[in-house]
Amino acid sequence: MTAHRLTGYRVDPDLSPGHGIDRDAGITVTVDGASVPAFTGDSIASALIASGRLGCGPSIHMSRPRGILAAGVEEPNALLRIEARTPGAPSESMLPATTVDAVDGLSAHWLQGMGVLDPAGDDAYYDRKYVHTDVLVVGAGPAGIAAAREASKTGARTVLLDEQSAPGGSLLSGRDETIDDTEAVAWACAALDRLTAQPDFTYMRRTTAIGSYDANYVVAVERSAADVAAPASAGVARARIWHIRAKRVVLATGAHERPLVFADNDRPGIMLAGAVRTYLNRYAAAAGQRIVLATTNDSVYALLEDLHTAGIAVPVVVDSRPEPSDRARAALEATGARGVFGAAVVGTSANGQADASDTGGTADRGRVTAVSFASVDGSGRPAGAVETVPADTLAVSGGHSPVLHLHTQRQGRTRWDEAFAGFVPEAPVSGQSVVGSANGAVSLGTALEQGAHAGHAAAAETGARGPLVVPTASASAPGPVHPLWLIASPGAPAGPHGPTAPRAPADSEAPTTAQPLAGNGTPALAPEHWASHFVDLQRDQTVADVLRAVGAGMRSVEHIKRYTSISTANDQGKTSSVNAMGVIASLLEDADPASVGTSTNRPPYTPVAFAALAGRRRGDLYEPARVTNIQPWHVAHGAEFEDVGQWKRPRYFPRAGEDMDAAVLRECAAVRTSVGFQDASTLGKIEIRGADAPEFLNRIYTNGFKKLAVGKGRYGLMCGADGMLFDDGVTMRLAEDRFLMTTTTGGAAGVLDWLEEWHQTEWPDMDVLFTSVTEQWNTIAVAGPRSRDVIATIAPDIDVANESFGFMEFRETQLSNGIPARICRISFSGELAFEVNVPTFYGLAAWELVDDTGQEFGITPYGTETMHVLRAEKGLVIIGQDTDGTVTPQDAGMGWAVSKLKDFVGKRSFQRTDTARPDRKHFVGVLPVDGVTRLDEGAQLIAAGTPVTPEAGPVPMIGHVTSSYLSAELGRPFGLALVENGFNRMGEIVRSPVGGTLVDVEITSSVFIDPEGKRRDG
Amino acid sequence: MLLIDCPHCGPRDEVEFHYGGQAHVPYPVDPYALSDRAWAEFLFYRDNPRGPFAERWVHAVGCRKWFNAIRDTVTYEFLAVYPMGSPPPNTSTASPPAHDSAHDSGSDPS
Amino acid sequence: MADQLPEHPAFLWRNPDPKPSYDAVIVGGGGHGLATAYYLAKNHGMTNIAILERGWLAGGNMARNTTIIRSNYLWDESAAIYEHSIRLWEQLPEELDYDFLFSQRGVLNLAHTLQDVRESRRRVNANQLNGVDAEFLEPDQVKEACPIINVSDDIRYPVMGATYQPRAGIAKHDHVAWAFARAIDAMGVDIIQNCEVTGFVKDGNRVVGVETNRGRIGAGKVGLAAAGHSSVLADQAGFRLPIQSRPLQALVSELFEPVHPTVVMSNHVHVYVSQAHKGELVLGAGVDAYNGYGQRGGFHIIEDQMAAAVELFPIFSRAHLLRTWGGVVDTTFDASPIISPTPIDELYVNCGWGTGGFKGTPGAGYTFAHTIATGAPHPLNEPFLLDRFETGHLIDEHGAAGVAH
Repeated sequence: MTAHRLTGYRVDPDLSPGHGIDRDAGITVTVDGASVPAFTGDSIASALIASGRLGCGPSIHMSRPRGILAAGVEEPNALLRIEARTPGAPSESMLPATTVDAVDGLSAHWLQGMGVLDPAGDDAYYDRKYVHTDVLVVGAGPAGIAAAREASKTGARTVLLDEQSAPGGSLLSGRDETIDDTEAVAWACAALDRLTAQPDFTYMRRTTAIGSYDANYVVAVERSAADVAAPASAGVARARIWHIRAKRVVLATGAHERPLVFADNDRPGIMLAGAVRTYLNRYAAAAGQRIVLATTNDSVYALLEDLHTAGIAVPVVVDSRPEPSDRARAALEATGARGVFGAAVVGTSANGQADASDTGGTADRGRVTAVSFASVDGSGRPAGAVETVPADTLAVSGGHSPVLHLHTQRQGRTRWDEAFAGFVPEAPVSGQSVVGSANGAVSLGTALEQGAHAGHAAAAETGARGPLVVPTASASAPGPVHPLWLIASPGAPAGPHGPTAPRAPADSEAPTTAQPLAGNGTPALAPEHWASHFVDLQRDQTVADVLRAVGAGMRSVEHIKRYTSISTANDQGKTSSVNAMGVIASLLEDADPASVGTSTNRPPYTPVAFAALAGRRRGDLYEPARVTNIQPWHVAHGAEFEDVGQWKRPRYFPRAGEDMDAAVLRECAAVRTSVGFQDASTLGKIEIRGADAPEFLNRIYTNGFKKLAVGKGRYGLMCGADGMLFDDGVTMRLAEDRFLMTTTTGGAAGVLDWLEEWHQTEWPDMDVLFTSVTEQWNTIAVAGPRSRDVIATIAPDIDVANESFGFMEFRETQLSNGIPARICRISFSGELAFEVNVPTFYGLAAWELVDDTGQEFGITPYGTETMHVLRAEKGLVIIGQDTDGTVTPQDAGMGWAVSKLKDFVGKRSFQRTDTARPDRKHFVGVLPVDGVTRLDEGAQLIAAGTPVTPEAGPVPMIGHVTSSYLSAELGRPFGLALVENGFNRMGEIVRSPVGGTLVDVEITSSVFIDPEGKRRDG
Repeated sequence: MLLIDCPHCGPRDEVEFHYGGQAHVPYPVDPYALSDRAWAEFLFYRDNPRGPFAERWVHAVGCRKWFNAIRDTVTYEFLAVYPMGSPPPNTSTASPPAHDSAHDSGSDPS
Repeated sequence: MADQLPEHPAFLWRNPDPKPSYDAVIVGGGGHGLATAYYLAKNHGMTNIAILERGWLAGGNMARNTTIIRSNYLWDESAAIYEHSIRLWEQLPEELDYDFLFSQRGVLNLAHTLQDVRESRRRVNANQLNGVDAEFLEPDQVKEACPIINVSDDIRYPVMGATYQPRAGIAKHDHVAWAFARAIDAMGVDIIQNCEVTGFVKDGNRVVGVETNRGRIGAGKVGLAAAGHSSVLADQAGFRLPIQSRPLQALVSELFEPVHPTVVMSNHVHVYVSQAHKGELVLGAGVDAYNGYGQRGGFHIIEDQMAAAVELFPIFSRAHLLRTWGGVVDTTFDASPIISPTPIDELYVNCGWGTGGFKGTPGAGYTFAHTIATGAPHPLNEPFLLDRFETGHLIDEHGAAGVAH
């Protein structure tokens, strides 16, 4: 059991309860290539300590040797990279060894404060779950279990979360505590067993509440019981993100211990006293064989007793309080240990080299070999002789900081409790309570009482009542706490404290000399005396760094933290933040840390993997891909798709050997010479019904709709109140009081919202209703000179002759195969064209009917690219491509659609000076003069003769190309553009910089073919 | 995640709603009687208080109805919810939104 | 072993009491306020000035932004002022003698749809002609510029290309603030912290001073540079601003060995991310949808951000969310700033920078100082006066600024 040199070891079962480990389940882990025996239930840290290896990766900047400091999430030093267990899975970095379960075969490496990202993506499942609960209790320590018990017994739905793998919280670190005359850990397990059997109670272990949000919305991360690095079983999530909405929240989140700030307080072997106790009792791991205890409060005396019981030597207890407390006296008597009061540790000795950059060597490099202490005066300055005793471990307790992250995330305020020497809640957040050590309760009995009352009250406030039973345990009054924020090195000049000592000038003083502190005739505060007094271990920041910040003129703790980076590391200041404030307060001669500031905490409480938060929103589930019911046909016919909003739309249908240009030229030619068909089902469709529907449309569209005849459609433009185009589409009048509006594919939801906003918020007295029917109708465009033949065949009951079925009219009929349909003569291509609308139940069947019927005419499916080309040849605008939110109807050449007779949304804005300018950018056509160059969409245009010398200053641009295509019809490339004063520049030759050359471009009408519109009627 | 008390559907998560900015800014009766400056006020100028704010919301993923609310822009706490078209209540006397049902048994800490 | 960060100077600023009056007072001690004071002193010889900061210096958005610096905006007016700003950035480390880790590592703005590509090309072409360095990259070139981006087809919105501005980059925001602060303190400018303006003192329609929680301070000129709190001040002064204050969140991971060589922004797969010198990934999230001064937002915004980040950067899967926070951004209808005189004589306002103020810090300071000192806008901020909301000549940068950032 005992090694040659003083170091840690596994404690026999008769000397430690070992609550957390299963001694029958021996396993092996590997750390930095060395085998480490462990038991199931160990953390990597506890297994290492039990093997006598508490050294970890060196410090981030100074490469100082470091060791495990703590036993939980607050660990600042012992950061690991865990290797993946299976090929293809990623390794994971920056995990504190104190939080990683030991699992057989796990392999890990120490890090030096920085992680390594594994390029292998993470394919593990991560779920997200939602729950509403009456009462949420965070923390399954004694206070939390009491709260959960009293809440759940009333029948209130209760959820209990705890970050540990077993219940009990701080009880797991103890050994002789009893609750209701039962051994405490057994009490906790039994309580959970009973609770779990109750309906509507949920206990989630390995679950950390990471964020607290408005109205008691708490986000928590549940880690699977499977090992960290191996994949969980197929279909089982590696972690779950819980979104919990609670009526009432009880925070029983415990407290973290603070280190002490003295010279070289970062050495391996210096550990938090509570952690030493946790390792001893929960993991049966002795941190060392000669352990000095240094404290400011009563908490170490339970550790003293447990060490004594385990047969571990304690040479001395160094206690800052001037007189022994009752607790201290009793423990020292019972154990026979030596206690020194009114004293503090002022330094240590260590073995070996200071430089730990060689990580392959002994795990105990730089470890403490002796502890030095001395009496301290009222301000914590060493006075009197320094005594040194051999020791391999120094267990420190600077005090306790309630874990109040969830409280302060909700802007819960804290106050400094002088007696407790910690920040405690000033008042709970509305709908919440804080209990136990998180609330500054020191004794077990008080924690249980607070928890029970809180759980009972929380349930009552949700309307569920039951009898209150308070578990009982020892409730001794807490002893005094005598914090020491800064312990000077012996031999340093007089410390910074005391009325005669130099100090930082107060803000109200006029500056006398420029430098207030560091090194300016104030030797006590010279940084070299404080260069190894660590405040933030993980950031390698010392009191010297704080001095430098204060010397620079900084007074706000926020500034100092930023200047020094204190509290910004992986541990987010869990063991350093309050010490930093204490140090600053001491330097600024303020009474207590609260005068420096209060801590603000931000989610997450502990780090969460990106992939866990991404959850199932990966790959296909990242966002829905909307497809029409004709999609299978498109896929089967080789369509290439483009994203239009959330929809997948066929862009073109290439045949064997065709690239996009070839396919599109063929499709365009087919439409203009025979017939093509397109799935236009994605366009938005909104049914608008009510007596005031006509008037409503008149107010929304720029052109008139009140007098549109039943049975006809009209193309309408929509502007925002600022007069800028934002959507367009054809609206058909189905009846006096019933219209079917179409919108762009991407704009549908926005238009529906727009309509409802105007109705509900401005014109609520109008009798009009809106229903989205986008997914209730399929729309099949059939376009081209032969389209009439196709329609005549599929819709034999209607007279399709031009005289009978006019442009923009529609007919309702039954197709030859029985499908009910509404067929409209709408054309986006300028050719004779129809749109066949059928209920979506029949969509694919209707599509196939059109396809079959059209075969004899060589009917060709076409996609969005062809549609774009065809409409561009006719100068039709695509909102959102040819417009960008700055284009009015007049700019787009559609002044004809702007009613002079009625007001509509946006009309007033046309009168503004800039909106009424005659030389705004206008929508025109552009033709590369050489007949060969296809301009990029997005190409810029400059006036002829403009020198292209951007290095000498901005080159004035006159517009840009919005659409650009090859044209089968024209036999040359062409485009559309927005050009300054374009309407008045017809025929002008302008230039487009392309690569290093200038391409000549003619400004033309935007209508390239059939300007008289003769093709429209076929 | 704000909990918003839709007057029709009850308390729902904020992701079910769209925000409509300041309430009680009606479309001008006669836009053509306004100067460009006054028209700009309607288009672009809105109050932006640090504190209670009367604003519009719509339950976009639920009933799709618009309503008004008074919410504190610092604490994000809803002080009142009232129908679209109604004048703002006096928040010092108005009862809090119904979703505070968890608070209705009385013993709330102050 | 990680590189130590550059040492900060031993002295930054005095903590003086306010004088009874100054030639000019800047309300707001963030990046823009500090830069304004700097250029007032440097370019216009005005050193009898004070910055009044209601909290701790540069503790607002300057303490919490995602540090991206670029000038690749679409419109000529925007390109001009942001490019001027970048050119000032390039001189500042030497001029202020402070290494604030300005790293010109480029910025990629990704395109994920055909329309994204059109808009990207339009912006690249305009940038080039406006003298802003820009190129359009195909997906394989994007991969070369940033090897950790997933440019494959297996994500919902594959990368179809990107714009690239080589001279864009990042800088350490706190250090920028301290660099300016040290410089102006040395020039005799008073930095007054914990001094909140509670009202304005007027003589007729002219501002002659401010009321503060530390007493009345006279001022020949007053410049407002209070970002998200601009409306509060405007209300006190008696004029209106067309801005809305919204929460904007950001987040960091823990420290990692460098893997991300540049800055990547995507509107469509909403994420923008860089890796700071120290090693943390810095990501911005979207704006929360409602007005808010709480400097915080909803967790669902963060989750959306994480999903986007992991899609585009599988290597980030096991990075950990370490800290989230929020600020208050003052947004305008056109996502462009307001640098302008106000209806009140000798009262000037710089606001409306929304989610993108950090990159404009020197440019804002330079032009705002000019406006304050001369009473008239500089040509660069002429397009950004309040009157554009009246004429309709808005400068709509939602595309370029679309990603909150």
